[in-house]
This record gives sequence, C-alpha cells and structure tokens, in this order.
Amino acid sequence: MTEHPLLLLGFIAVCALATFATRVLPFIAFSRQAEHPLVLHLGRYLPPAVMLILVIYAMRDCSPLAQGAVNLDANGLPMLLAALIVAILQLWRHNALLSILAGTVSYMAMIQLF
Amino acid sequence: MPVMFGYLPLGAAFGILAMDVGVPWWAAITMSLVIYAGAGQFLAVALLANQAGLMEVAVATLMLNSRHLFYGLSLLGAFSGAGWRKPYLIFALTDETYSLLTSHRGPVGQNHALAIKLSALNQLWWVLGTLAGVMIGSQLAFDTTGIEFVLTALFIVLTIEQARRLRQWMPFIVAMVTALAALALLPDRHMLLGAIATASMILLIQYRLDISKRQQAEAP
Repeated sequence: MTEHPLLLLGFIAVCALATFATRVLPFIAFSRQAEHPLVLHLGRYLPPAVMLILVIYAMRDCSPLAQGAVNLDANGLPMLLAALIVAILQLWRHNALLSILAGTVSYMAMIQLF
Repeated sequence: MPVMFGYLPLGAAFGILAMDVGVPWWAAITMSLVIYAGAGQFLAVALLANQAGLMEVAVATLMLNSRHLFYGLSLLGAFSGAGWRKPYLIFALTDETYSLLTSHRGPVGQNHALAIKLSALNQLWWVLGTLAGVMIGSQLAFDTTGIEFVLTALFIVLTIEQARRLRQWMPFIVAMVTALAALALLPDRHMLLGAIATASMILLIQYRLDISKRQQAEAP
C-alpha cells in the first residue's frame, strides 16, 4: 500500500470521529431520560442480544458440511471446532484470555498444518 | 481482572493484520490511540487494503459501531455526574470495556474513579498489544494465517459472560432469530445493522406488551 501519510491521517481521523459519534450521541440526545424504564429495559437486554448477533456475524461463513461431506477448509470444521474450544473453556475456566488464546492458536494450527 | 488482558492478544492481532496489509507501524499505533475500537479498527484496515473512499469508510464505521449507541443508552445513569472523567469514559466505551463495566460485581457504575481506571488500563493493553503486534508483524517469518479468529473468539467469550450475568434466554432467542433472518434475507454488508435494528425493535415491542400486561393486571 502506497498511501500518502496525510491521506492516511485523514482516513484515521474519519474513523475516529465516526466511532466517537456513535459513543457520544446517546449522552447528548437522551441525557434527561436516564431513568426511563424503556432505557433501562434496552440497557438490560440489548447488549447480550448484540453480542450473540456479533458471534453469528463473525461466523457467517462457517459451513461444516460442503456438498454432503465434512468441510475441512478454514471456514468448515476448523472454525466450528475452534469456536467450541473457546465456548467450553470459557464455561469451564472463566478465563477470557485463556479461551481466546487457546481458540485462536488451535484455529491457526488447524488451518496452517492440515 | 482476566477480561482486561483480552485486549493484549487482540491488539497484537490487530497490529499483525495491519502490517500484513501494509499499514505503516505509526498509523496502526495512532489508530489504537485515537479510534480505539476493536472490530472497527479491523474493519478500517480491511477497507484501507481495498482502497475504499472516505465516505464509504465513514458510513461503514458508523454502521458497525452503531451498537455503541445502545451501550451509551444503558450507561446514561451510571455516567451522570462523572464530571471531567465523562468525555474519556464515553470515548473509551468499547465492547470489552462496556462488558467489563456492566458485569463488574461491585458498584462500578457509580464509582467513576474505578471506571476510568478500568477504561484507561483497557486502552493501555490495547495500545501495548498493537505495538507488540506491529513488531511481530514486521518479522516476516511468522505465518499469521487465521489470526482473525481472535475477534470471533472475543465475541463468543463476551456472549457467554453476558449469559452468565443475565441468566435469561429471551435476548439470546431474539438475537438468534434476527441474526439468522438477516443472514438469509439481507445482503452481507447490511446484515449486522439490520439484525441489530430488528432486535432493538423486538425488544421495544416486548417492552410495550409488558407494560400493557402490567396495566391490565393492576386494573380491578
């Protein structure tokens, strides 16, 4: 990539502003309704829903079966197995770093070695 | 605080990926300092690699990070009265920091000194991780294929932590249905926002139904 440094900085500035905008908007727009029961309801149930949506989004290309056979490509069995390793470790040990590292390392090993 | 360390390998993964597509090291560090968004920065690097325009980048970032709108919404009360700390707390409200602040057992919601310490430590790990990743990424000997799974792993961990805290099925059923429907019905680039918006609508409707049910129960 041969991007000019100033262009690159402009690009970063746009990303930074767009990100900050999504974070600051509720505090500007709804600062008086913090205790409204609807805000509390959304605050309670939306984050867990969004997390699961993000998982499904991140794994949208996962297909363990392809043409009736087990799919051994990166988006097949390795992805499914690595996801299971993360979930089982997290449920068992409650150690986020361990789960993330073990899952990612085993995913990388599976797709690089086989 | 084990969740906090999650940002070290994730930051490293970002640094490696950035070097991989040819982003200069100083740009990767700057991104971690001023953008500070896990998924957002991975997306930004992908868009940079595809020579995307500034408008496209702005829209994609807004869409992907629109979930932050709802994080702020649920922390309106907790952050009120944070004074000078508030701007940084808002700036640093990432997926992981949000999950940390909301799942912390103590009264972190009202303890703004602790909240800002957690937020700043999280970003420190993120920047240090990026630095480590940039250094690893500049050593060409290391095969980084598959490193992007780190993001998937992070989301799985965060989902499980949310489930352990809430102990209710409802939001997860809503998420499952809307995500799978969005996956089937919407083009790939609209899937994420479509699913999140639909899930919000369903929660809104469910809140309305709850209220009218309660009013009926209270009526003589």
